[in-house]
Amino acid sequence: MKTTDTPPSGPSGTPSDADAAKVPAQRTGTVSKGSSAPVKSSEGHVLNVFSHGMLILWAIMVVLPLFWAVMSSFKTDSDIFNTPWSLPSSLNFDSWGRAWSQAHMSEYFLNTILVVGGSLVGTLVLGSMAAYVLARFEFPGNRFIYFLFVGGMSFPIMLALVPLFYVMDNMGLLNTIHGLIAVYIAYSLPFTVFFLTSFFRTLPTSVAEASIIDGASHTRTFFQVMLPMAKPGLISVGIFNFLGQWNQYMLPTVLNTDPEKRVLAQGLVELAASQGYKGDYSGLFAGLVIAMLPVLAAYIIFQRQVVSGLTAGALK
Amino acid sequence: MQHGKYRFIVGFLVVPMTLYVIFVIWPFIQSIYYSFTDWTGLSPDFKMVGFDNYTKMLDDDVFWKSLQHSVLLAVLLPLVTLGLALFFAFMLNVGGRRRKGAAISGVRGSGFYKIAYFFPQVLSIAIVAILFQFAFDPAQGMINGTLKAVGFNDVPDWLGDPQLALWVIMAVLVWCTTGFFVVLFSAGMASIPKDFYEAALLDGASRFTTFFRITLPLLWDTVQSGWVYMGILALGAEGFAIVHIMSVGPGGPDYSTTVLPLYVYQSAFRDGQAGYATTIGVALLLVTLAFAAIVMRVGRRERLEF
Repeated sequence: MKTTDTPPSGPSGTPSDADAAKVPAQRTGTVSKGSSAPVKSSEGHVLNVFSHGMLILWAIMVVLPLFWAVMSSFKTDSDIFNTPWSLPSSLNFDSWGRAWSQAHMSEYFLNTILVVGGSLVGTLVLGSMAAYVLARFEFPGNRFIYFLFVGGMSFPIMLALVPLFYVMDNMGLLNTIHGLIAVYIAYSLPFTVFFLTSFFRTLPTSVAEASIIDGASHTRTFFQVMLPMAKPGLISVGIFNFLGQWNQYMLPTVLNTDPEKRVLAQGLVELAASQGYKGDYSGLFAGLVIAMLPVLAAYIIFQRQVVSGLTAGALK
Repeated sequence: MQHGKYRFIVGFLVVPMTLYVIFVIWPFIQSIYYSFTDWTGLSPDFKMVGFDNYTKMLDDDVFWKSLQHSVLLAVLLPLVTLGLALFFAFMLNVGGRRRKGAAISGVRGSGFYKIAYFFPQVLSIAIVAILFQFAFDPAQGMINGTLKAVGFNDVPDWLGDPQLALWVIMAVLVWCTTGFFVVLFSAGMASIPKDFYEAALLDGASRFTTFFRITLPLLWDTVQSGWVYMGILALGAEGFAIVHIMSVGPGGPDYSTTVLPLYVYQSAFRDGQAGYATTIGVALLLVTLAFAAIVMRVGRRERLEF
């Protein structure tokens, strides 16, 4: 037993029993740091210094590479290699222009917006329809269909992609925007249905019953009563799907090999290869930053919703 | 009324079900079937070859290598990521200086840390992979540049070194996933009643005892599902994307970074062995299911309610 709140007698509060063995490193730090400042509770203080140190270190490790990319996009190529850590001498937007127009970033952007826009709307509409029916109606096969959808979450997509490539080929959907949208929707359904089914179950039944009694059809009840009530759930699952689809790499790599139809992630990989040959590294970094900016801006603005959407969404 | 109900159910299910069956379920069933054929993927002709692909796979060194790498990723990656995330989350929520009136408190600025740590999670894996590919570039990257600047002249070749390449890739995956779990675990820790901690502190428990006796057991469900989630990511899309973009080849020198999904992709679309590729895919499916089952089994504890 150890009393944490009593002021220690020694310079650092001699660690006792089990703790000493568990955390020798932290305790050694105590001696120098702990004695230099007036402390009320030495353990709290030491931990504070230690934890702050580790937290700051990780924060630096997270921010530094991103900062390096942004800085490099303004520099000339020789500056990137010779003085990787100095600030750019002037704000040089040339590379941004090169990446945007010559490297086709603008087209990749447009393709991505089309694909993600279409599939996000489709995923939410179709996913909530299926989830609503599965959550609120009793019918034979309900459980089977539910588990068919939910089972898809644990299958490795790569296994299905090989035959899927030929299914798409036969249907003439390979290398088309609408084909890609259909596939994105299909692969987003397992999680969306899973999440929204449990969400619809939590909504009160009385409101829907009242609207049926008032003479509204099931369809009308769904679109005018239930969907508005499900808005928080739709936002969560919408953010989750938006990021997933915007950042999708495996599906387009396999199913969308036409250079004209590339999405952002593919375009960047292509850019990395070609700029690497040409030695246009500032152009490459500009391309990376252009691709990063919209998501980063959205994250900073909607930070709270993104975090709650993803954490509510990812694990349940 | 009853008639209207069934028409409504069918009407609402038909489109999502059709899409799902055509693009997800049907290809899965087909892939099991194709794994018993010698289909190249290039011509429409193929014949059944029984278990030939499976015996070939068991003799294939590259398969064993990629299986080893995939399993390593699925086991080690969650261990490091979740360990780091638990540590940071505990620091953020309980590691702070004790203030008056509160038994426990987070460090100052914990809100800022959570925002910053979460950053990489919203970035595309392609962006992350390209960024670090250049950071680890042996001649011109930021990392070797910095090492040289502080006096190390014998700098490693990172992704070009078969001994190091997979570890570099793993480190990048840790970099981009830890923040998500910090936020997730923080939310979990915030919902643990404060009086648990107060009682523990009154009894004289240190913060480390508190962590292992209170926080971790109460958070165990979240940790466990996080483990499964990370493992499936590492075995699937994320593992494929990062190896495909970052590693030289791709697949690394001497197949040192090849993982199962990448090998499926290369067999099918580079080597023209669609039948064999689906066989490896079936192995990947088995590994994934076994992984999830083992984690669920090993991690099963009595559920704690609070």
